Amino acid sequence: MKKKIVGLFILSFTIILSGCSQWIDRGESVTAVGSSALQPLVETVAEEFQQDQPGKFVNVQGGGSGTGLSQVQNGSVDIGNSDMFAEEKSGVDASELVDHRVAVIGITPVVNKEVGVEELSKEELKQIFLGDITNWQEVGGNDQEIVILNRATGSGTRDTFEKWVLDDENAISSQEQESSGMVRQIVSDTPGAISYLAFSYVTEDVDVLAMDGVEPTDENVKTNNWPIWSYEHMYTRGEPTGLTKEFMDYILSDGVQEELVGQLGYIPVSQMEVERDANGDIVE
Amino acid sequence: MENVKEELTKKSKKSKLERRGRIISFSCISIIVLVVLSIFYFVASRGLSTFFVDNVNVFDFLFGTEWNPGQVGSDGQPMVGALPMIVGSFTVTFLSAIIATPFAIGAAVFMVEISPKNGQKILQPVIELLVGIPSVVYGFIGLSVIVPVIRAIFGGTGFGILAGTFVLFVMILPTVTTMTVDALKAVPRDYREASLALGATRWQTIYKVVLRAAVPGILTAVVFGMARAFGEALAIQMVIGNAALMPTSLVTPASTLTSILTMGIGNTIMGTVENNVLWSLALILLLMSSIFNIIIRLIAKKGAMKK
Repeated sequence: MKKKIVGLFILSFTIILSGCSQWIDRGESVTAVGSSALQPLVETVAEEFQQDQPGKFVNVQGGGSGTGLSQVQNGSVDIGNSDMFAEEKSGVDASELVDHRVAVIGITPVVNKEVGVEELSKEELKQIFLGDITNWQEVGGNDQEIVILNRATGSGTRDTFEKWVLDDENAISSQEQESSGMVRQIVSDTPGAISYLAFSYVTEDVDVLAMDGVEPTDENVKTNNWPIWSYEHMYTRGEPTGLTKEFMDYILSDGVQEELVGQLGYIPVSQMEVERDANGDIVE
Repeated sequence: MENVKEELTKKSKKSKLERRGRIISFSCISIIVLVVLSIFYFVASRGLSTFFVDNVNVFDFLFGTEWNPGQVGSDGQPMVGALPMIVGSFTVTFLSAIIATPFAIGAAVFMVEISPKNGQKILQPVIELLVGIPSVVYGFIGLSVIVPVIRAIFGGTGFGILAGTFVLFVMILPTVTTMTVDALKAVPRDYREASLALGATRWQTIYKVVLRAAVPGILTAVVFGMARAFGEALAIQMVIGNAALMPTSLVTPASTLTSILTMGIGNTIMGTVENNVLWSLALILLLMSSIFNIIIRLIAKKGAMKK
């Protein structure tokens, strides 16, 4: 008898709780998944957004540009974050997706502080990543073997770098790391290391390299003098509606673009003096 | 009379309870079996589509050394040679098991034979603590301590199979040790007593009797440790360098099946060749863990102590 009462109690408790959950879940939520380069920006914007509007949630997750594109394409998430144009990724039907460009990010080669090189030509940089130059001495640095560090195949940062520096050729097989934070740490610890990072990840621990005499700065990206940059896309399946639309409008609003985007190391799209299409051609 | 008959043929409360218990446990088991089967089915169907849908030759996949799934090689096939990863996985697994085994046996002998009291009180909790540390912490320690040390001693970048071996050695040590302890404890008391009664010293007893009798159990422990090492992903990924190249020495960057799998899976799109080959790697891992399981069963069967 006692057991039955306990059982009944648990049962009713569960029912009440599940009833509650429905009541709690009455708040709306959207999920954004993908590019780890874009993740910090979306997370920060989402926090601000939620503060202003209680009961509305934006879940932000990483996972890589490929994940973002494929998840949004098959409808698992509302927003897919990507460093690449959907057209550039095989297996994605770009016509189903709507592109929202929320920011621009520059990518720069970074080296260990001890290599003794501050500037390379694009050709030298290309030869390094294709394995033709293997010692820093050959480009005017210290007598030190070059250690190449790549991001994982398919990473948006790597794709952008290969597109603009290696002219779409593949870097030689070498060490690969999954995240930008890891790349930064390994470059700063490993003698002779070279890799590439988004501007937002660059810190004092590593040296950036100028290319063909152009410094990797936001100003140079805006005029396309520094060609290694990409749009940060947020893709939706069809035109966004409801909370997704609200959030997209919010992230593209002047307040967010002018304040947050710059603070976090990205460049607002509105400040770009050039525009590029999926093929990398400049359009007016 | 009727009443009694009914009383006797009706199901009693106890038998009802028993039936209910049986239904619950049966349904739990069938759910587990279903989950395992569907995992097998899912991984196999994805993993095999590399060969059936994308028409990759199985031998090219298993013995090729060029890994660049997004690219098409000179023979018109995608470059999906997985040998570097397979070699990397097996090398770190065997090396770490070889290093861990003597330490594990030493610790276990100490705990069971030499100083059971201190062993139980001090050494066991210390070793079991190692299990609770998340693998990302091992990886980070490897990255910030082991890699620079290897770089300083052996040159190179420090990333590679050697660093992976050291990290895995610490990670599988508790598994191997605790299971070896169990194996030693399972050796019947009369073996030891008979040995001592014949005049053998303690060391002779440990070496010639206890360890010999526990060999099947110790082997099982080692294989268990190897299975864990083979499947470890996060920590190894941080220290091995993840270069899909055939390892030429222990200190050049290499890769394992798991490290390539975890790095690539987020960047590929379901249904493409790049994605399918990753599932094929997962299939290899799944098959290997089944093989480890079979080996463990065979050892246990063969070495079961006859009473």
